[in-house]
Amino acid sequence: MDVQGLKSRHTLLKEYAYTRGDIDRGYNNRTLYVNLSENSVAEKPVSEEMKEKFIGGKGFGLRLLWDGTKPNTKWDDPENEIIISPGPVAGITQYSGCGKSLVVSISPLTDLVIDCNVGGYFGPYLKFSGFDALEIQGKAARDVILVIDGTKGTVCIEEAPEEAQDSHILAEQLTEMYADDETDKRNVSVVSAGSAANFTRIGMLNFSWYDAKRKKVRIKQAGRGGIGTVFRDKNIKALVVKIEGIASNLNHVADLPAIQERGRRFAREMKELDHLQAHMKEVGTAHLMEIMNDYDLLPVHNFKYGAHDDTVKIDSHHLKKRFTQGIPDGCWVGCMMSCCKIAEDFKPRTGPYAGQVVDVEGPEYETAAGVGANCGIFDVDVLLELNFYCDTYGIDTISFGTGIAFAMECYENGIIDDEITGGIQLNFGNAEASLELIHQMARGEGFGVTVGQGVRQMKRIFALEYDANAQFLQDIGMENKGLEYSQYVSKESLAQQGGYAMTNKGPQHDEAWLIFMDMVNKQIPTFEDKAEALHYFPMFRTWFGLMGLCKLPWNDVEPEDNAEQDEPAKVPEHVDNYVTVYNSVTGKNIDKRELIRQSERVYNFQRVFNLRRGYGRREHDAQPYRAAGPVTMEEYESRLERYDQQMKEIIGVDPEGKTPEEKLAITREYREGLYEKLLDAVYKRRGWSRDGIPTIEHLQSIGMDLPELIDTVKLYLG
Amino acid sequence: MVTSKKATITVNGRIIEWEDGMTVKRVLEVMNYTFRMLVIKVDDRIVKKDDYASFPIPTGADVKVIHMVAGG
Ligand code: SF4
Repeated sequence: MDVQGLKSRHTLLKEYAYTRGDIDRGYNNRTLYVNLSENSVAEKPVSEEMKEKFIGGKGFGLRLLWDGTKPNTKWDDPENEIIISPGPVAGITQYSGCGKSLVVSISPLTDLVIDCNVGGYFGPYLKFSGFDALEIQGKAARDVILVIDGTKGTVCIEEAPEEAQDSHILAEQLTEMYADDETDKRNVSVVSAGSAANFTRIGMLNFSWYDAKRKKVRIKQAGRGGIGTVFRDKNIKALVVKIEGIASNLNHVADLPAIQERGRRFAREMKELDHLQAHMKEVGTAHLMEIMNDYDLLPVHNFKYGAHDDTVKIDSHHLKKRFTQGIPDGCWVGCMMSCCKIAEDFKPRTGPYAGQVVDVEGPEYETAAGVGANCGIFDVDVLLELNFYCDTYGIDTISFGTGIAFAMECYENGIIDDEITGGIQLNFGNAEASLELIHQMARGEGFGVTVGQGVRQMKRIFALEYDANAQFLQDIGMENKGLEYSQYVSKESLAQQGGYAMTNKGPQHDEAWLIFMDMVNKQIPTFEDKAEALHYFPMFRTWFGLMGLCKLPWNDVEPEDNAEQDEPAKVPEHVDNYVTVYNSVTGKNIDKRELIRQSERVYNFQRVFNLRRGYGRREHDAQPYRAAGPVTMEEYESRLERYDQQMKEIIGVDPEGKTPEEKLAITREYREGLYEKLLDAVYKRRGWSRDGIPTIEHLQSIGMDLPELIDTVKLYLG
Repeated sequence: MVTSKKATITVNGRIIEWEDGMTVKRVLEVMNYTFRMLVIKVDDRIVKKDDYASFPIPTGADVKVIHMVAGG
């Protein structure tokens, strides 16, 4: 690879020198601001109030984005920003899962704030380079890279015309370019998108790290909401960060032995229990494939069904055979869960890299379920190929899978035809169609570009241009707030319907996953129980995003005596670990209640941020009916016994003698009514009005009565 | 469908038929509960994983099979 040749074509647009300094108890106390329209770079101080109210990570991202944008800023306005912030705990190597970055921007899919939690080394390295967040505004005239060199104390904006666009090549080129030698490669991390992020709204970002054992550049994805699209719209080819190396206490924490002790406890659990519990080290989240299928929760054919006989062909037993075993797969140093599986030496058979030997990061559960079962594709090789191309082209596997599945159902219903698809026969199960569409997205041509606009745009286009029934599209189009659903069937879990559609950013499962508690265990039967769960879990999980933590070590392995605890679903021992880790980093003294309060402040801030942009009300928490129940007769009949029984025993109507249409309508009316009652209960629990707006009293009670928030809610509270 | 004459047990609130010699392991099979991170209580008594195959389920038992939240 002639990286020096590539580098010689760079034009330096700006060089900014800074003094690095030491991190103090998890904070640098400053952020880095870069404006690509003006080629300017500046440092911003972090105030005590910012740390107190916003903590870090996503909290910092939201604060900076609020200040940097106007209520009507669009995703492709130069003033939109991309903010990457690692959080105070990020960079710790003594406890598992402490290397996450939080990425925040205004989304091209939702017109709202989107946030993603992503692994890879960029966030911790940004912090070790001297900054608690990177805030990028403006648009470059031509493709640039931004290089933060913590070894020299420089930030450079460089035009970079010749490097590849696709991530698996670009990340390797830049790692080699900025490392002094082979050993130094581990000190470089790259953020990049890919060619499909140029033409779609579902672009994502890859965050790299160098896997020294395999001698390979690896990537993790900030997938949701189209931040890769914003990145390419700003003409950013890549971000590069470089440090001198990782040492044991670069965060200069208050109490390192306390963190080490909790880290050792967790490591012991992983060693003794993972092989009996979730098998994260062997297969990562892919272990959920067969589980979700068994519980009728795996989306099949655009979420019509929850299981398929052919799932056995793409379950974790098959995927495991493709994953390299025995080499640690942590996306940050010291993670004992080590779940980032990789299928090495794979040869795609289509597209620009056909026949080349490449590596595939995953597939994780969401990818296998989304591009596989949900599209009726049950072939491991196709899954690997789609996974590889989604990553390198820079598109989100979840939105891709849900989008293709929606288009397939539209095709099978005659809403779109061969003329519209350009001759692609978009039936469920047609792997060639899916592969062709992904390459079209990367080339910016054909029907692939339409699918790449996301489900909400497809609904608009199909109704407007092809005269489709808008209500039917609304019912089967699995998006809320403009974001595609992630891969769980929520029909039989009312709480999960809320866990999806009542989210701030759109239906991603990282706020709350309540299906087992609700549907299987029957632990939260009343509206009040569900509302309590829809308060606690979203707040608790928001906290990972404030810290720079990974969610998986919280509950994908559980202490042996967890069952005997009062509230095992919360995994109390791990919650206590987190409180200890936070206190030991920062020197503060919070307890588990204050942990929730910290999140509540930021969660409410995000809700009001949505309100400021004209959203964030009850009407925006509406869900497509397919998330709640059977839209079509074929769906109803596929679970006839279940639905008839529910009608009789729960709704209190005898299905005998009812026409199929009547049964569908009765079920629908009942289920839609339940969701409205759930909204009432949850809003009440969260301290919001019936319209879903945080009340002034609530904002005061959680210490988040900032003048700009009060002014915003006042406009709506009447 | 469960008729009133047959012996039954309750599993996570659902009434199912009791079988002669029924164990925890058999209940999991009948319910198709394949998830591994479970907490099982039979009439409020926790059953350890090693005992699933031998722990007898009496008629009328209240069985709780709590699936811990993993994934997601
Ligand atoms: S659990 Fe997996 S995703 Fe989370 S930090 Fe560890 S390796 Fe990364």
